[in-house]
Amino acid sequence: MKSWKLLAASALGVALMAGNASASTLDTIKERGKLLCGSNGKTAGFSAPDANGKMAGFDVDFCRAISAAVFNDPDKVEYVPLTSKQRLTALQSGEIDVLSRTTTMTMSRDAGMGLSFAATTIYDGQGFMVAKKLGVTSAKELDGAAVCTRTGTNTELNMADFFNKNKMDYKPVVFEDRSEERAAFFSGRCDVMTADLTGLAGVRANAPGNPDDYAILPEVISKEPLSIAVRSDDAEWFSLVRWVTYALINAEEMGITAANVEKMKMSQDPAIQRLLGVNGNLGEKIGLSNDWAVRAIGAVGNYSEIFERNIGTNSPLKIERGINALWSDGGILYAAPVR
Amino acid sequence: MINNSLAGGHAGRSTGRFWHDPAVRSLLIQASAFLIIAATAYYLVSNLVINLNARNIPIGLNFLSERAGFDIGDTAIAYTANDTYGRALIVGVLNTLKVSLIAIALATVIGVIVGIARLSQNFLVKNITRIYVEYMRNVPLLLQLFFWYALLTKALPGARDALNPAAGVFLSNRGLFLPTLETNTDFYYLMAGLFVGLAAAVFWAVRTKGIQKNSGRQLPVLLPVLGLLGIGGLLGWLLGPQNIVVDMPALKGFNFKGGIEITTEFLCLLLGLVTYTSAFIAENVRSGILSVNKGQHEAASSLGLSPARSQRLIILPQALRVIIPPTTSQYMNVIKNSSLGVAIGYPDLVSVAGTSLNQTGQAVECISLIMLVYLFTSLSTSLFMNWYNARVALAER
Repeated sequence: MKSWKLLAASALGVALMAGNASASTLDTIKERGKLLCGSNGKTAGFSAPDANGKMAGFDVDFCRAISAAVFNDPDKVEYVPLTSKQRLTALQSGEIDVLSRTTTMTMSRDAGMGLSFAATTIYDGQGFMVAKKLGVTSAKELDGAAVCTRTGTNTELNMADFFNKNKMDYKPVVFEDRSEERAAFFSGRCDVMTADLTGLAGVRANAPGNPDDYAILPEVISKEPLSIAVRSDDAEWFSLVRWVTYALINAEEMGITAANVEKMKMSQDPAIQRLLGVNGNLGEKIGLSNDWAVRAIGAVGNYSEIFERNIGTNSPLKIERGINALWSDGGILYAAPVR
Repeated sequence: MINNSLAGGHAGRSTGRFWHDPAVRSLLIQASAFLIIAATAYYLVSNLVINLNARNIPIGLNFLSERAGFDIGDTAIAYTANDTYGRALIVGVLNTLKVSLIAIALATVIGVIVGIARLSQNFLVKNITRIYVEYMRNVPLLLQLFFWYALLTKALPGARDALNPAAGVFLSNRGLFLPTLETNTDFYYLMAGLFVGLAAAVFWAVRTKGIQKNSGRQLPVLLPVLGLLGIGGLLGWLLGPQNIVVDMPALKGFNFKGGIEITTEFLCLLLGLVTYTSAFIAENVRSGILSVNKGQHEAASSLGLSPARSQRLIILPQALRVIIPPTTSQYMNVIKNSSLGVAIGYPDLVSVAGTSLNQTGQAVECISLIMLVYLFTSLSTSLFMNWYNARVALAER
């Protein structure tokens, strides 16, 4: 109920918004002195408070990069915790400036809701997790299973398509909140939990007892390009968010890291010079100073550093780069050039 | 002449200026209040339309006839992912009504019993019910739901080791599975027979009441009613093809198939709503009984009525006048509180509408639909209870 009250407030917020559309998002943010970043707040590895109570994670780092590019300070961000059901309405109604919360880009979300997806940060897919003691090795053996999932996600639709296509029966148990869903899965209320693979990895990493008692099944039943979304009424803000993200990916390609970014300004490579603002005035075109990328990379590191720090093989989540490797390394991660 | 007209002015109810006339003044105040409200509403709605248009969000209820694409775990009517959003929302409304109505019925029964027991002279009965009422009333319902849900899912075994207290009855953390009768021809014969038996039983009950009113003669009611029902059912079965098939739930793969399934989420929400609301109703009942003058009690016993009969015939009918108005708001609270089920995975209206909202982006429409449905059910409940209240109200002559 608390969440539908918030939704109702957001719906009212859409109704109450007057003239906001005319002021540019960037000016509003600068005037406010902080970026409002829609996040999950409860997903380990993506956005959750660290040991010091500071928000950290893969999704959080992109907001930190934007904040660094705008304010030269990665911490001028207020994280607005949102459930999957609230997130799109919160963005529509202007409660947040940017949504960095494991949100899949789809046509219906991109086209009919007043939202635009600025950049894909990770190519994910939906999978299934089961307790190993069930002895299931394929998602095609799940006929009759009770499946835990969360409301307000594509997951519900993908799951319906998968089970119907394979002529299998199932019982969805749909939760509002991941913590309730986790508890229901680990208590055995559901045989299966379905979510994006990255989310399942996070849940498994925090399993009560031994994470190795749970297996993620091989079937990946959907494409989930998790992307950062903004409102579609401000093309300049859209560009800023897109290019900050692309700068981090390009930085990995060029070997620029948080540690060496200052030194790299001396590089003779024209592509690096353009990205770091040594040459050209690309920063001004997105409303920032030309060393915007230096600030962003200096604050959070390049894409690889963000990935490995939060969700990579050495983190509790143990996610492989896989298709999220750079295109030049055999993956599909490909950012348009900064020129 | 001038003097005359002045004198006439003073003699009238107005002292000259029109705003000094109370009738005109109140009309003016009401008209301006109405204008302010109308202008605010117009501003909100037109602003909403402008903003939605600016964001390319379509307005309207067309999405209701589109394919929903998601499944629902607990459906009172046939529903698949191929049905429309409209039908999905109806499933949600029915789930809300299902859990609310059953909760209202059970909470009323338990509330009345606990409320009477609270007034018992017996130390144990009095204090156990007191602890029950105070605990249930003072812990937030959402917490109670989380408690029950954790308890039911953790304490109950999985489907493969389900408790099997009677043939065909299985209790596991998936829920409660009960056998049902298959709806074949014989089932309809049986139902028709039971219906005829029921009609006869109602006739008997009305008739005995009439006889008692006219002659004071008391005829047995309970046994004949049960007998008539039994004979009706038996006759229906004998006349039909005598082919009753019991649909037994049986473990197949991960879960039980066949019979009727009552999900853990439903059980848990029902349990939470019933225990929470019954505590409030118990207090209403207690205050109602205490409001009846002690003399009524004494008069009833001096007429030779047994304690049970004096409670049923003298005290409760009078107490009802105090009990019903606050209980009406408890009934409305049950309907509204059922929306907390979304936290424990019960697919009620809020849950289904929330999913629809997220898939379609039609936030204003979905939230408005939710509010309209709750408004409509609450007002209907209130209307019905007001009618009932008027019926039991003291008939003053």
